[in-house]
Amino acid sequence: MISVGIDIGSTTIKAIVLDDDKVIYKSYERHFSRIAEKLQEVLNALQAGPLKGMEKVHLAFSGSAGMGIAESCHFPFYQEVYATREATKNTYPNTDCIIELGGEDAKILFLTDGVEVRMNGTCAGGTGAFIDQMASLLNVKIEDIDALAKNHERIYTIASRCGVFAKSDIQPLLNQGARKEDIAESIFYAVVNQTIAGLAQGREIRGNVMYLGGPLSFMSELRKAFDDSLRVTGVLPENSLYFVAMGASYLAKKDDEVVISSIMDKVKNYTNSDNFAYLPPLFKDEKEYEDFKERHEKDHVPTLPLEEYEGPLYLGVDSGSTTLKIVLIDKDDNIRYSDYVSNQGDPIALLKQMLETIYSKMNDKAYIAGATSTGYGEDLAKNAFSFDHGIVETMAHFDAARHFLKDVEFVIDIGGQDIKCFRIRNGVIDDLFLNEACSSGCGSFLQTFASSLGYSIEDFSKLALFAKRPVNLGSRCTVFMNSSVKQAQKDGASVNDISAGLAVSVVKNALYKVIRCGSKDELGKKVVVQGGTFLNDAVLRAFEQELGIDVIRSNIAGLMGAYGAALDAKSLQLEHSKIITKEQLKTFHRKVVSSLCQGCNNHCRLTISIFDDNRVFIGGNRCEKPVTKKATDLSLDLYDFKYRLLRSYNYENSSRSFKRGKIGLPMGLNFYELTPFWTSFFNALGFQVVLSDHSSSKMYRLGQMTIPSDTVCYPAKLLHGHVINLLDKGVKTIFYPCMSYNIEEKHTDNHYNCPVVAYYSEVIQANMRVLRNPEVKYLKPYVNLSERVHFPEKIYEYIVEYYPDISFSEVKKASNIAYDEYHKYLDIIERKGLDIIAESRKENKTIIVLSGRPYHVDPLINHDIHKLILEYNCSVVSEDIIAKLENKPEPSHVLNQWTYHSRLYKAAEYVKDQKDMELLQLVSFGCGVDAITSDEVRDILERNNKIYTQIKIDEITNLGAVKIRIRSLLEALKRRKDHE
Amino acid sequence: MSEIKFKYAKNGRLLFTKEMKKEYTILFPMMAPIHFRILQRVFNYYGYKAELLTDSTPDIAQTGLKYIQNDMCYPAILSCGQLIHALLSGKFDVHKVALMITQTGGGCRASNYISLLRKGLKRAGLEFVPVISLNISGLEKNPGLTITLPMIRKALAAVIYGDMLMCLKNQAEPYEINKGDTEKKVIEWTDTLSDELLNSGGYKLKIVKENLNKIAKDFDSIPRDNKKRVKVGIVGEIYVKYAALGNNNLEQFLREQDCEVNLPGMLNFILFKIDNRIDDCKLYGGHKLKQFVCQKLFDYCTKIQDLFSLAIKNNSSFQVPSSYQHVRELVKGVNGYGNKMGEGWLLTGEMLELAESGYPNIVCTQPFGCLPNHISGKGMIRRVREVFPQANIVAVDYDPGAPKVNQENRIKLMLSIGKENLELSDKKD
Repeated sequence: MISVGIDIGSTTIKAIVLDDDKVIYKSYERHFSRIAEKLQEVLNALQAGPLKGMEKVHLAFSGSAGMGIAESCHFPFYQEVYATREATKNTYPNTDCIIELGGEDAKILFLTDGVEVRMNGTCAGGTGAFIDQMASLLNVKIEDIDALAKNHERIYTIASRCGVFAKSDIQPLLNQGARKEDIAESIFYAVVNQTIAGLAQGREIRGNVMYLGGPLSFMSELRKAFDDSLRVTGVLPENSLYFVAMGASYLAKKDDEVVISSIMDKVKNYTNSDNFAYLPPLFKDEKEYEDFKERHEKDHVPTLPLEEYEGPLYLGVDSGSTTLKIVLIDKDDNIRYSDYVSNQGDPIALLKQMLETIYSKMNDKAYIAGATSTGYGEDLAKNAFSFDHGIVETMAHFDAARHFLKDVEFVIDIGGQDIKCFRIRNGVIDDLFLNEACSSGCGSFLQTFASSLGYSIEDFSKLALFAKRPVNLGSRCTVFMNSSVKQAQKDGASVNDISAGLAVSVVKNALYKVIRCGSKDELGKKVVVQGGTFLNDAVLRAFEQELGIDVIRSNIAGLMGAYGAALDAKSLQLEHSKIITKEQLKTFHRKVVSSLCQGCNNHCRLTISIFDDNRVFIGGNRCEKPVTKKATDLSLDLYDFKYRLLRSYNYENSSRSFKRGKIGLPMGLNFYELTPFWTSFFNALGFQVVLSDHSSSKMYRLGQMTIPSDTVCYPAKLLHGHVINLLDKGVKTIFYPCMSYNIEEKHTDNHYNCPVVAYYSEVIQANMRVLRNPEVKYLKPYVNLSERVHFPEKIYEYIVEYYPDISFSEVKKASNIAYDEYHKYLDIIERKGLDIIAESRKENKTIIVLSGRPYHVDPLINHDIHKLILEYNCSVVSEDIIAKLENKPEPSHVLNQWTYHSRLYKAAEYVKDQKDMELLQLVSFGCGVDAITSDEVRDILERNNKIYTQIKIDEITNLGAVKIRIRSLLEALKRRKDHE
Repeated sequence: MSEIKFKYAKNGRLLFTKEMKKEYTILFPMMAPIHFRILQRVFNYYGYKAELLTDSTPDIAQTGLKYIQNDMCYPAILSCGQLIHALLSGKFDVHKVALMITQTGGGCRASNYISLLRKGLKRAGLEFVPVISLNISGLEKNPGLTITLPMIRKALAAVIYGDMLMCLKNQAEPYEINKGDTEKKVIEWTDTLSDELLNSGGYKLKIVKENLNKIAKDFDSIPRDNKKRVKVGIVGEIYVKYAALGNNNLEQFLREQDCEVNLPGMLNFILFKIDNRIDDCKLYGGHKLKQFVCQKLFDYCTKIQDLFSLAIKNNSSFQVPSSYQHVRELVKGVNGYGNKMGEGWLLTGEMLELAESGYPNIVCTQPFGCLPNHISGKGMIRRVREVFPQANIVAVDYDPGAPKVNQENRIKLMLSIGKENLELSDKKD
């Protein structure tokens, strides 16, 4: 029997013809989103080939992009995962588990012991597309990634949450000079981790594993990475790319035959729904566009020939995440040389070339009198070529903007990766907005998208100008945007409409996600926009339309960072720059080695650049220890103090004898602050309390497979590893209570925990099969510590079920001890906090109130951001002790019902009136509650013109971005002070 | 007409005054259409010019994104978006309008929708529009809104009537022989019940009983075929579970795929919220009076639910949904009774109940990043499958940016397996 299966995926159309079980024909074509057209070609080929002379045939469709066309034409259609399973049943019936990665989707199918199918959730999309993007980031062909990975030496940890996160991890690695080979392999491991963490959800992958789909078919190293991580030897079956089509073809056999000519006709006559949400066009007509262009041409910096100039020159380099920008100005601020290139993953080599060009063009009577670098690669560039100064990029951008509009009120910079915005009041930065990982990459997304459709970015943006119906694509992250574009294409949007829609999305992202702007008045009247993305007229227009005001964009909008750096170099007023000379440049050479720092438990992966004159530059370090060989002075760091104090409650190595054996507490979420309470409680009952070890990413990965919801916050996900760690240490009894309520504190509406903190113990119990081991006791009472009177009786009722010999009076006594210890702990912390404040004031240090939740003191969760802060000559305290200093908080504008969160409001109230205190809020990615607190904390601080700074942290956090935030804050404060 | 005087609470909150009650139209956002239409009439009866917002344009989400913090959950963006969108539409005199939104006072973010709505109004320059919190937890109070016991009884009757119509509609419509029969009855009954509820004591248990019986009989008279259809249950966060605006018309989509849909009723959620308070007392001690009052209310609601079950059982061939008590039994040992935030253990319970009662195919809907759902939805799917291996569950995230095509693809996968299981069980029979 002849049967045909056609699989229309997100990027390709695959067709297969079976004669019973034998494959007699197959085809594989990219469709470039022109599905109906391409499908016609595929069908024509079928008709001319294997189906020649046939009138009817068994035929079925499958694939995510085929759903629309199959539905409206009433073709037989099968969901792709279902089809895959059918193909496997017929060809490899012994398979236990299938891992399939496609362009957009990732899937795992469990076939034995109860069929289960998993597809990635919305926030983990774009596997194949992600590898594509990474290839373009590395500036290699997609085919080469696999070859590169084969020669890797080491693996970096790259965020596995989603493509956008991974990208912001890889960028700094590239900038630090990490080897492409290593990055290629690390990308594969990120894909593996993402797939396992997101899809296994507690079910173990074992037995006969099969790999399917494009990326796994083409990349042997990716298969190897899966093999390694899963400890299996998976197979890549014959026709691995065609399994969906093959399954559809098997399934078609059960259906009635279809008339081939009628299918052909329907495809020919197929028109899509043409029904998508759209926005007004960017320009009414050519005239409007001409006026617009004319207006913007006024803001112009002249570029004059370098060869003729005599005198001092000032160099500014902006080594950004994806691009390298260089500007050389003369004493009158005219540009004498400039360049803007993609950094191709090796900014140093490019910069060397640029410097050579500059030196070769320079007149004998010209000389470089100052050089400043800025941007992500600031340090590396500065060190490699001995620049005079480095400045934080926000300041460079601000200075450049001010050059164009002296009394500028708002600056918005949209670069390839980042969006930076600041409000200026009285000539100093008053408020800073930097995008977080989730909304990053908008600018470069436009570029990548254009090239995926075969356009240059310039041509692509021109298409947008006169689009009739710009698609409404929403303003979430680029992964979502990608999918929205697919949907719009399916609904019949043209490339012009999509290009315009993307431009509007980028703008909306900046306005509503980053600045959180509600009305246009919030930005003021004098707005300067810059960054390479604004050179796109469509984006600029969309921005002006959205705000309803005219803004200023200069002809060097893409070079503003470098221009600002050059202005800074000039302001240094040096006689001569110490920059590398023409002669030295000839022998300039850099060797890169990587190593694991042994300075502390973090074991940072260091990228060490060794230059020809034996100078060394170290990148990838979290602290200065590998550079200065000295540990950071932690005496003014409450985070470190707290963490060490909490760890001291571990009785694991105690030599005392404990009559009731060991009890383990997984150190996470609600335990942190309550560790003193529970350890002393159980200690008093005769238990040896064992805390799980220090968090580590290895520990995280141990529990990764049992995480059911990949979008929950990292502190919660980490708990799975802590539980395994306790079991591995031989602890058989684990105590992890559920707590709807926390301790009650003053001035609040209620004293809840957030839902995740409150009930994560339920998730642990439901998803970790190791706990079902009959030897293991998992104690999960519901407790309410704020019911001080009833607590002993309630905990007794629970505990006596497991330990019948425990008496109520014992429990009562233990409860008293526990409450006492809890308060004692709080007192110690408070006293230390006050000491730090007093000491800092004596030393005139800025006090940073690093505000989060008690569990943010875990160094793996906070990425040692507190130590980073100390290096900027600040001290660090936490929100809890500051909250206690606030006695009369104003009534809150939100329902103030969570204990930990209400401390944030109180701390903000207090900080807002303190001259020497600044608040930095740590927010864990995925923390829903902080959607409420962050706005409220900002509002409170702004009531007294304080700058609000937020740092989003996750499994991996790009510390480069954190540094920029902290430095920007400190620099803004300094300038404010100078101004006063 | 005199100027309305603004009054403020101690924390500066704009109050909804008695004067406003007379002159202002109260807008409230859509969730479950049948229930909310009847509820609107209850408010009208008590002299409130309440108006349910029924439009569902894509502009609503856009408005929400513009005025509400974007990391907030989707229901906040939609319901607050719908309200602000209505104010900006020009259809209403914004100086004669108040907004109403529910507030559970629980530990999830939903209790804070109201403060975000106020922040949104401020951004839109509409801070003079009073916002009313509808709650029974004693949160924000307004002189212009008094919830009386008779009003609560009427509202509860509205809920059970809504549950009844929704339950029978879902069981009859896929099988109806004459297209439109069921929908016609739903519309007729919604009107009749609303009138009767208000004017002839339709909230008294005796009359509720009679009405429920009549409804069951009437729906049972709809001519139906007996073709087997894939039976799909919908559970999840309450807003995206019921609101078509929130779940991209999920019910309609499933019906187009020739499925029978089961949406567990709303009274269970009310029972759950009352029961939580009783459980709190049991788990943590104290508050005897609170426990007593809650128990009374709980018993009353249980009585109503019994009438509902008996009406279906005695007057029709439709399947009777399990009682709240039974759902509670099912969840024992799977999820704790103290887990009460959002939909808490009830969400897990509903999955178990559906799987047990012949609806093994389940869409677990949740707003992207919904906190309680991490625990009781996605977090419990594995356990549910251990108890009922036939359970075929797909978790779907809803979000302003989540493309429909991806959601439908995942649901279709679940349906393929559901269909296969249905065919297999047919063969066995």
